Amino acid sequence: MKRKNGERLAAIAPYLWLGLFFAFPFVLVLRLSLSDQALAMPPYAPRIDWSAGLAGIKAFVAALDLETYARLTSDDLYLVAYLSSLRFAAIGTILCLLVGYPIALGMARCAPQTRKILLMAVILPFWTSFLIRVYAWIAILKPEGLLNMALEAVGLPGLDLLNTQAAVYIGLVYCYLPFMVLPIYAVLEKQDHSLLEAAADLGSPPWKTFWQVTLPLSFGGVVAGALLCFIPMVGEFVVPDLLGGAQTLMIGKTIWIEFFSNRDWPSASAVAVALLLTLVVPIVLYQRQQAKALEAGQ
Amino acid sequence: MKKGPTAFNIASVSLGLAFLYLPIAALVLYSFNASRLVTVWGGFSTRWYAALFANEALMGAAWVTLRVGLISATVATALGTLAAVALVRGGRFGGRTLFSGLVYAPMVMPEVILGLSLLLLFVALRIDRGFWTVVIAHSTCTLAYVAVVVHARLVTFDRSLEEAAQDLGCPPIRTFLTVTLPNIAPAVVAGWMLAFTLSLDDLVVASFASGPGATTLPMRIYSQVRLGVSPEINAACTLLIAAVATGVLVYALVGKWRTLRELRSEAGATGPAAA
Repeated sequence: MKRKNGERLAAIAPYLWLGLFFAFPFVLVLRLSLSDQALAMPPYAPRIDWSAGLAGIKAFVAALDLETYARLTSDDLYLVAYLSSLRFAAIGTILCLLVGYPIALGMARCAPQTRKILLMAVILPFWTSFLIRVYAWIAILKPEGLLNMALEAVGLPGLDLLNTQAAVYIGLVYCYLPFMVLPIYAVLEKQDHSLLEAAADLGSPPWKTFWQVTLPLSFGGVVAGALLCFIPMVGEFVVPDLLGGAQTLMIGKTIWIEFFSNRDWPSASAVAVALLLTLVVPIVLYQRQQAKALEAGQ
Repeated sequence: MKKGPTAFNIASVSLGLAFLYLPIAALVLYSFNASRLVTVWGGFSTRWYAALFANEALMGAAWVTLRVGLISATVATALGTLAAVALVRGGRFGGRTLFSGLVYAPMVMPEVILGLSLLLLFVALRIDRGFWTVVIAHSTCTLAYVAVVVHARLVTFDRSLEEAAQDLGCPPIRTFLTVTLPNIAPAVVAGWMLAFTLSLDDLVVASFASGPGATTLPMRIYSQVRLGVSPEINAACTLLIAAVATGVLVYALVGKWRTLRELRSEAGATGPAAA
């Protein structure tokens, strides 16, 4: 019993740290998003008059308004960026699944010793810089880049992919592929092989076995992978900025521009809050999934 | 029923790995290109490496990044390990749900939001942005990853060892340091490495949290990339990749050596009985 108390004390330092540097800043974002719009630096109205005590806080709350949010809904730019983020993330996630599932399946079907090496090979790029991996694609996709050199060599017409949506999808799939492969592989690796043998013995063709046995049983991994890809893709900044060109609008980029170029902090905060609200459902789903996986592990 | 991989399996894995590695390979290759143009192979040369080491802005940024990574990974590891201990061993204490939410949420939070909220905090608290604010930001973002890794190890770790130590009169903190910590050490090291590489890699959060004089390497690379591809950056990227690959390789080898040693000592202890 005493021991448990000691271990609870271990929570104090991270609790305080996260409270100050994670939870409290969100309150600030929320407060700023409800403040008056201003094209400059803080302080923003309204401010809390601490000397007036409770009355001061009441006056502060009363002065908060939804002005910035009203602007978000009235300005097409935000809505377009918002919807296009969701579309990029959704299609990107599906593409990741289509590319990643066969890889995970192939890995799981290998001999245990080979599996370990393949697992390492899939994780290794994840350890190298995200920015560098996106940057590498610029040299491949640009008009005089490596892709077009290769196409030319085999006599095919060149493609102008850099600064297009296709380039953004390539970048998204490339960067988030390990996040899709690993959870699916983890589930497939544990799958009971005798089920496949039973299906085969009963005369099921391989594709049907896959569709009716393997795929449904790997559903947990697919959901985890999809959420792990979708959530960060919605807020992605680097990929659309470097590969998508000026026309590609995504919400992460919008926040960045509002902050650094337009210096409109209340608007940036409001966009951030809107983004977060959208992600609450997938984030909660993901945490549930993780909790379930952890319990199953125990 | 064939148990091994089919042709389809082999093809999908090979294509997948090719997709993952070809861009990186191209980057490394062209860092040794004598020509300034990506498409023209001007022969093997290390001139861009020389140019890189002569580029004070890039080298300065690399030094900042390294220091931020070392400090923030250490802070994140200390806090993340404590958090994992409290979550696995603390039982159902009050506020546990909130605590676990706080610990794991930064992992799924979009970086843009994390960066923005921290910037607002620093402005509100009138903290001048610079080196230390980046350290704080990175510690906060990477803490969750350490907690996950350590959590996984703690869950599988046999509790009776600790109880035995306690029964023999070992005080709690000493039990933790002499029994628990050595046992979870591989996970703690893995967590530290993960936090370190995530910090080396981060562009978005660092851009929000840093101020004048604390430009990290990704920030510098990003601003140069926007101006156009430069072979110096290829060289810098290649060095970063080499550093990470070496780190991971050493870690894997040490892990392998440890397991071998453990297996051998176990075989020595239980060998005759098992036989």
